[in-house]
Amino acid sequence: MEGLQQVGVGHFLVVSAILLVLGVFGIFLNRKNIIIILMSIELILLAVNLNLVAFSASLGDLVGQVFAMFVLTVAAAEASIGLAIVVVYFRNRGSIQVEDVNLMKG
Amino acid sequence: MYPTICFYVFSVVLVLCAGMVVSARNPVHSVLFLIAAFFNAAALFLVAGAEFLAFILVIVYVGAVAVLFLFVVMMLDVDFAQLRSGFQRYLPVGAAVGALLLAELIFVMVGWQFHPAVPQARFAPPPDGVSNAVALGRLIYTDYILLFQTAGLVLLVAMIGAIVLTLRDRRRSRHQIIRVQTARDPKETLELVQAGIGVGVRSIGIFRPKTTEPADIDTDPYGESHGSGLQHPAEAHHAPQVR
Amino acid sequence: MTFITAVFAPLFGAMVAGLFGRWIGDRAAQAVSILCMLLAAACGPFAWVELEWGGAGSGALSLGPWIHAGDFQVDWVLRYDALSASMVAMVTFVSMLIHVYSIGYMAHDEYRRYRFFAYLSLFTFAMLMLVTADNLLQLFFGWEGVGLCSYLLIGYWYDRPSACAAAIKAFIVNRIGDLFFAIGLALTFLTFGSLQLDVIFQGLSQHQGDLYGLFGGSIRVEELIGFLLFFGAMGKSAQLFLHVWLPDAMEGPTPVSALIHAATMVTAGVFLMARMSPLMDYAPAALTFVTVIGGTTCLFAATIGCVQNDIKKVIAYSTCSQLGYMFLAAGVQAYPASIFHLLCHAFFKALLFLCAGSVIHAMSDEQDMRRMGGLWRKIPITYVTFWFGGLALAGIFPFAGYYSKDAILEAAFAYGSGASIYGFVAGVAGAFCTAFYTWRIIFMTFHGKSRADAHVQAHVHESPWVMTVPLMVLAVGALVAGFLLHNLLIGPDWAAYWRNAIVIAPNNDVMTRMEELPGSVRYVPLLTGIAGIAVAYWFYMVNPMVPVRLANTFRPIYLLLLNKYYFDELYDFLFVRPAFRLARLLWQTGDATLIDGVPNGLAELTVDGSKGAVRIQTGSLAVYAFVMLIGLVVLVGVFLIWR
Repeated sequence: MEGLQQVGVGHFLVVSAILLVLGVFGIFLNRKNIIIILMSIELILLAVNLNLVAFSASLGDLVGQVFAMFVLTVAAAEASIGLAIVVVYFRNRGSIQVEDVNLMKG
Repeated sequence: MYPTICFYVFSVVLVLCAGMVVSARNPVHSVLFLIAAFFNAAALFLVAGAEFLAFILVIVYVGAVAVLFLFVVMMLDVDFAQLRSGFQRYLPVGAAVGALLLAELIFVMVGWQFHPAVPQARFAPPPDGVSNAVALGRLIYTDYILLFQTAGLVLLVAMIGAIVLTLRDRRRSRHQIIRVQTARDPKETLELVQAGIGVGVRSIGIFRPKTTEPADIDTDPYGESHGSGLQHPAEAHHAPQVR
Repeated sequence: MTFITAVFAPLFGAMVAGLFGRWIGDRAAQAVSILCMLLAAACGPFAWVELEWGGAGSGALSLGPWIHAGDFQVDWVLRYDALSASMVAMVTFVSMLIHVYSIGYMAHDEYRRYRFFAYLSLFTFAMLMLVTADNLLQLFFGWEGVGLCSYLLIGYWYDRPSACAAAIKAFIVNRIGDLFFAIGLALTFLTFGSLQLDVIFQGLSQHQGDLYGLFGGSIRVEELIGFLLFFGAMGKSAQLFLHVWLPDAMEGPTPVSALIHAATMVTAGVFLMARMSPLMDYAPAALTFVTVIGGTTCLFAATIGCVQNDIKKVIAYSTCSQLGYMFLAAGVQAYPASIFHLLCHAFFKALLFLCAGSVIHAMSDEQDMRRMGGLWRKIPITYVTFWFGGLALAGIFPFAGYYSKDAILEAAFAYGSGASIYGFVAGVAGAFCTAFYTWRIIFMTFHGKSRADAHVQAHVHESPWVMTVPLMVLAVGALVAGFLLHNLLIGPDWAAYWRNAIVIAPNNDVMTRMEELPGSVRYVPLLTGIAGIAVAYWFYMVNPMVPVRLANTFRPIYLLLLNKYYFDELYDFLFVRPAFRLARLLWQTGDATLIDGVPNGLAELTVDGSKGAVRIQTGSLAVYAFVMLIGLVVLVGVFLIWR
């Protein structure tokens, strides 16, 4: 708490914003494979968590941390399902490169 | 001052690691950088005073999610030598849009002002004299118990979902069929034979007869192991076989 | 009551034979329709006798309401007067004879015969409705009904393309006439406020000055109605310009030709003129037109008939020509003479057609006279009855045609106008041609050496009694109808017979004047008839090379006559081909391209649009994520701007 008062909530938010943008970059700038996309999503969620915690600390409201915990839970669930899908997809298609994942084209 | 230095150090490393996650060539390196990012984020949480969350971050994210990532990355055996470049194609436009996003966010956050009445709107002010974990526990198990249980359900569903998606029923592998085993009649399987001293098994003639697999048990009633449409490329080269 | 039975019994026969013929079988259907026709043939003349001599009152027999729409009120009403009763008697009697004849004629037909009898009875019913109508709409109902049945019967052998084409041609040409008739009906309703004959006739004098504006000029309404009704009659009765369907209508079976194209349907036009006689009296220009057309048709058709080679076509042109006579009489307002000739003509023309049918039947369906000959010993009954019919047609004393045709020509001469004298001359020339071609038929068909092949010759046989008895009955009629009825219908006391059914304008005393003509005029038609017979005898019995040499010398004229004055070709060029071109244009450009193009084009537009839209779905994750990012940026920007 006192750490935050010294640093100021704005700095936390800036870091969070940068993390978000990096995560978003990672989603569409990468050409390597889908797992990078999943990791970028984790980064985004991390940015969100950081945001929540910063506000929680600055406002003195614990709800932010509770919410961050739930976000954590959901992130874990989503990561596991996403990876399961990637595994099955790889089993069927043999490649997880982003450009090859285009079965849903019209 | 000490927190400020900590903050800057950890945040710079965090941003650098995040950058490396996105741009590393080797996916294993990406995962490792992700782990590093998580650690630094946990440190930032500590600076902000959310200790419980920091540890949870490490335990759950690093200990479970990132390890999972590592498993999958290594299991899929992606040949990164074949990775195409193409990174550059969207870079100008993507960078522009991303910069725009960043600018917008910073613009929002820098101009942020708290409303004077905000302290009255707090949902759960931290109680004095207890640690962060205790305070959080008091909240979660009382006011937000439903959300907590729902979160548990979400995890349950995710677990089942992951199993359902990836479980392959290999008919080639011999596995136990419990009901067949327990339904076996001892009278048919066991036979007591009196053998003389020193008599060989061969002369008595008590070789166990070969048992054949029960042919009428259908271990794949839904035909899942045949797959539908696309098969694994290695298998697709074979003609569909009757198993 | 007998009158109503006479009119509706054929309908009952038609319904039973037509609707149930498939289940009750051909013989039962024939039996039902014949019985109904016998009933009608008994009731029809009986009702006529009752009216004339039994003292039954003439009047209207109301059957029920039909259309009641505001000012337009029309009911089903039968008119029981001298004109209707005479026509009903003739129609039912002749129709009954033809039904009986058809039993024999159609016996070898490969189709199910109940259809034929149903159509014949239906036709009879429609014709009876036409002649007993008390209002013009009911008359039009019968008018259309006979047109429909004519189509059905001409195209009876529907697997012959020529028959189908002929049926369509008949219907379409009739339709053209019907269009004018319908316009006349509308104009009548507009002027008189009703379509009932009594109302119209009562309103005639008060509307005689009414004018109707037409193409910038104005014309008297009653005159215009007269013209329009006559145009309708021209279509139905095959007068000069709308005659093209009648020869082609010979594609139908011969009983059909006898009934429809001799006795009944084609006479509907003449009947209309007589029925509307009060109105026609107020339309002198129309009457002049009728006279001219009638006289011209009479000569025109007779000349064509002189060179045709198909026996039925000759008789068809003869019908056309005789109808011209009837219209000639109607044009000079001698309606009784017109109707009298109609009744007599029904007998001898039906007789001639049925005899022709008998000949065709004997010659194994051969119709070309050039391949006939020498039949008079083998089919004597047909030969004798044909003579009766021919003598009646040529107007030789004492047969029916002598009285009726001479009456017409006398009336034309007595009327005295330029048109009527023209009609008289045309009629006399036509009489010469009539006699000529009739005996041409007789000599070519029955006399001389047989020109048919051996197979056909071996099969020549007299028709069975169901066919010859009607011939004999009709022959008797052709013999006696003239001198029995002429005093009654067109004699000095004609008004006592017709009462108010036929009205001649009081200032027109043509009926009396025609009795007072000098003998030189009175005997001209008879003498020309005899001259025609003599010329035919010389051409075909004495010196058969004469017609051949004449044809070769005057080859253009011969071809003109043989090709029916090229009317068919002219109409084909003027109307049929442009209509086809227009139809093809509308079909291919209008329908296929434009109208089908709209929904097809819309569908294709949709498909192309969706094909374009589908390219958004690249399936590429990166693109999707990128789009999501852009959306996010836009959202944040919107939030910022509208803070």
